[in-house]
Formats: sequence, C-alpha cells, structure tokens
Amino acid sequence: MNTHRVALLAWSIVTSGLVVVSAQAPAPTAAPAATSEITVLQVQKNVYLLGSSTGNVAVQIGDDGVLLVDTGTAPMAQKLFAAIRTLSSKPIHTIVNTHLHSDHTGGNQALVKLGAGGPQPPRVMGHENTYNRMVAAAVEANTNTPAAALPMNAYFTPTRDFFLNGEAIVLHHVSAHTDGDTLVHFRGSDVVAVGDVFNPDIYPVIDLANGGTVNGTIAALNHLLEITVPAKYQEGGTYVVPGHGRICDEAEVVEYRDMVTIIRDRIADLVKKGLTLEQVKAARPSRDYDADYGRTSGSWTTDMFVEAVYRTINAK
Amino acid sequence: MRVRVAIGIALVVLCVARPSSAQVDFTGQWAPLYHEDTIERIPGPELGDYTGLPLSEAGRMRADSWDADRISVVQEYQCRPHSSDYSLRGLAPLRIWADYDPATQRIVAFHTHIGAYENKRTIYLDGRPRPSEYAPHTFQGFSTGVWEGNMLTVTTTHLKENYLRRNGVPRSSKATFTEHWVMHGNYLTITHVVYDPVILTEPLVRSQSWFLDPGQRAGLFPCEYLPEVPAEAGAVPHYLPGTNPWLKEFAEWYALPVEATRGGAETLYPEYRAKMGAYKPKDKCERFCNCTGFGDCLSPTGGR
Repeated sequence: MNTHRVALLAWSIVTSGLVVVSAQAPAPTAAPAATSEITVLQVQKNVYLLGSSTGNVAVQIGDDGVLLVDTGTAPMAQKLFAAIRTLSSKPIHTIVNTHLHSDHTGGNQALVKLGAGGPQPPRVMGHENTYNRMVAAAVEANTNTPAAALPMNAYFTPTRDFFLNGEAIVLHHVSAHTDGDTLVHFRGSDVVAVGDVFNPDIYPVIDLANGGTVNGTIAALNHLLEITVPAKYQEGGTYVVPGHGRICDEAEVVEYRDMVTIIRDRIADLVKKGLTLEQVKAARPSRDYDADYGRTSGSWTTDMFVEAVYRTINAK
Repeated sequence: MRVRVAIGIALVVLCVARPSSAQVDFTGQWAPLYHEDTIERIPGPELGDYTGLPLSEAGRMRADSWDADRISVVQEYQCRPHSSDYSLRGLAPLRIWADYDPATQRIVAFHTHIGAYENKRTIYLDGRPRPSEYAPHTFQGFSTGVWEGNMLTVTTTHLKENYLRRNGVPRSSKATFTEHWVMHGNYLTITHVVYDPVILTEPLVRSQSWFLDPGQRAGLFPCEYLPEVPAEAGAVPHYLPGTNPWLKEFAEWYALPVEATRGGAETLYPEYRAKMGAYKPKDKCERFCNCTGFGDCLSPTGGR
C-alpha cells in the first residue's frame, strides 16, 4: 500500500459526501431490536458491559451523552443500539475504536447514524495506526468506506485525554495485538476497556500483519498493570473490560501476563538453542496452559500463537 | 380432657417436628482442627510434593515451573488471598452467621469469615440464579446451597485462579467445587470436591473439621504490598522445563520413588503400591515426626 494512495483515499472519503450524519439528523425511530443475545452488566459506576458472542462493547453513560468503546460487528449494530437504549436515551457522543478489526469497528457507521441527535455528530476516535490500517485495507479491497466507519478523530501521541460525563478519560496507545491498540481508562469509574490486548480465555491474538508482537503484548499488559489498582486483597478496585469474555480485575491480568511471559521465555530459550519453528511447535512449549487458553480449531489456534511468538520473539 | 390432650399433642409436634427439608444452623465461632493433612496445612507442603493430587500433565508442568520467588517479586501476589476452596485448608478461625427469612424464619443465607485475609463469603440458600458468564470471577466465587437431609451441599462457581497446594500447584479459574457440610455435636466437618478440567484428571476430594469455640475471636489480617526485592520491571520468576532443581528433595527426604511424588490419578489408589516395587520406607522418621498440631510442626526436626 503506498502512502500516497492512502492519503488520496482518505481525502476522497472526507470530501465525497459520505460523511452522512448531519448535526440536525433526527433521532432514529426504528423499532428496537431484540437484545436477547446481548448481556448488559454494570461494570462500575458509569460504565457498563454489553457482552455477546461476537465481542464486548463498553458503554459509559451520563449527562453529556453515550460513549462507546468499540461497536461490535455490523450485523449486531441494531441490537447493540437497542441494548444501549436500555441504559440511556442520550445521543452517542463518542466512539473509541480499540483497534481495527471488524468485530470491534463493524458497527461504527450504523451506530454513528443511529446514535446521532446531539449538537455534533458522534466522533469516532482511535490511534492513527488503526485509522491508517483501516484506510489501507479499504484501498486494498477497493471498497468505498464512508468516513463514519473510520476513526477520523485519530490521535498519534502516547496518550490522549478528555473529560466526559463527569470523569476524566485517558486513551493509552499500546502496540500489542496490533500496532494501533488503545486502552481506554475511565478514571472516575475506575474501569479500563482494553479491546483485544487482553482476553481471559484465549492466548493473545498477535496480528502479525497489523504490527502485533509478543513483546509488545507483554509490555502492554505490564502497562495495564500500572494503571490498575486492586482493592483489598487483590479483589476488585480497577475493573478491566476485555475485548471478549468476562469482566476481570488486576489479579486476572497478572495471571495472564505471567502466562504470556513464561511461554515467551520458553520459546526464546528454544530459539536460542537453534530449534526451527517446526521443532518449537513439536516441543509444545505452552502445553501446561493449552487447556486454559488454547484452541485446536478456529481463527486463532495454539499453533498460530506459538508461531506468532516465534516470529516476533526479537521484535520490540 | 380431649382439648387438653389435643393441645398437648400440638405442642409436642411443634417442639420436635422438623420441616420435610431440614435445616441445621451452623452459626458460631469454629476453631480449626489439624489432624488431617497436618504437614501440608501447617508448616506447608514440601516443594515437589504432589502426592494425593490427581494432576493432569498441565497441572504437573505448571507446578514444576513455579518459582517461590514469584510471590515476593510479583507484588500482586503478596496480598493475593486464599480462595474459598483453599481457605478451608487454612490455619485460620472460622465464623459463621446466617440470614433468616422474617416470614418463615428459615435460613436464606450463610455468611463465613475466615481469619486469613479476612475472607468473607456468602452461601445463598434462596434459589437465586448464578451470575452471567460475563460477570467477574472472585476469589470466593459464587456459592449456592441446598439441604440434603441435615447435610448442606454447596456448589461454587465463578472462581479466580488460586492454589490447590501452596507449593506451586495451581487451581484454574475454570474449576468449580462442591462442599458437604455436616455438624455432629460440637464438630463441623466440610468435605469438598474440586473439579478442575485444566489441572486435574479426576475430582479432588478433601475434608477438614472444626470444633465449636465460642470464646474464639478472629484477628485482623493486615496486608500491604510493596517492592520487597530489587527486580526488573515485569519480571516473572519461573523455571524453564527441566531446570527446577528442587523437585527431587521431597522424594529423597522421605525415601520415596520420585514417580510416586509426581501426583496423577494412578498414584492415588492402593493398586499403585504394587508399582512401587522394592520401596522401603526409612527406618526412622526424620522430618515432621511429631507434627500433629500447630506448635509441633514449626520446624522439620520438631523444634519450635
């Protein structure tokens, strides 16, 4: 993908009229879809979890409007919106994409439209690497991606902060699952939504094609541990909303960080001894954790994880 | 006269009858007894002692990789509490109290407080549903109880990872456990069965007892985490496969075949003795020989 084409596409998106949501757009009137496939749970204070088999969406509510961390898949958008409406009747103010994958960004366009009604259209935020890669993917696929589907409000600094619904919100850029991951820290509610940097039931999905590395994953988990503060005896305190699966706290991030670090160290030792990728896989360096986090089929298997660690063992 | 007889019968029935689903009130201060698994529970298990545990290959490897430095280097472990299954094994006093339905006076919940880490737990008897799969796991988990005659059977889910034995044998967050509470006189016995699809190949059954001790007071358990030793940020002490030097000590000290100390379902059953071949125990006990209570178990050679 050449940079010129990416820039051209971005410019064409902005100027093509595909930014469809006007400030005066009426609130959607579509009948609410069933929410039976979505579990709604309060995480802490202003922040809620909308959990489904396709992934998690964190929702912050308050007088200023609704903030979403990720938007699920495109087909789930109507149901997500109906679930959001059980929590708040306010317009969507902000969407933060934790990374580029379609199970976290697929609902952007629909939710920008459905959630309009505030003084400004909902803004979609994300790290610039996420934005760039989404644009690049659209160019590659030769699709006409509307602006509302992209995190046009991108940041490029290590952190970005703002204040909404009575609390400070800090976006932390980390390179872990991809090179454009964002941890969203709700400082007042004491909740961090982390996308696919941490999922408690599966090995880290290291997306090599989009800049993911094992060492970046470990660094991001350590950074997350610096943000989280446990309450008494490692229970509660800061809660963590993963991209998929249950609400967690620091104690579970620690177990996960330890697991990734231990497997990384084992594979590094085998690489140092001169083993090939096939020999490393045959040594089954993760076999004590496979029943907890491994898969033998599906989109992210144990073999793929071991290979991703092997290939990025020396990457920063 | 007939009226007086009828009233008398009614009073007797009221005094002695129990509802079809009996309830036992376990409330009170309970002091732990250590006659079962004393060495494991008081001084603590020896490194590499996996005897009595139906470990899976994964469980054994996790334990072999464990380095005790982790509980000081990784600050988050310093105040990590015992979970509800491991708490039962601990040294600490147990206090139990109950909630009653005001309309029926039936017990709708038991609460427990165990001195170590001030663990507090609720066992619901009101038939409430379990939390969502998206709800957080906790060290005490989510417990519900049902009566089976005079025995309370408790099922606990939504557990965070913790220990099966505190020499590095973990218990995964996928585990659940069942308890059976029985009171006989001033004694309470809880038998619990851990089901862990990750760490175990068979359910692990253990029991422990307490005696009623109304004068007991559970103390506080202050805990503050802080850097204890200089360590690189993010350091996770562990042994690479095959490099843990401490795994054979236990077998040597007790003159056991190493294979017999490695755990696994097969080693739990009497038939395994035949496989131990020419095994001969030491002529004289050398470690924890008189270890039957707290004071006798503080050093391997019996001193205090």
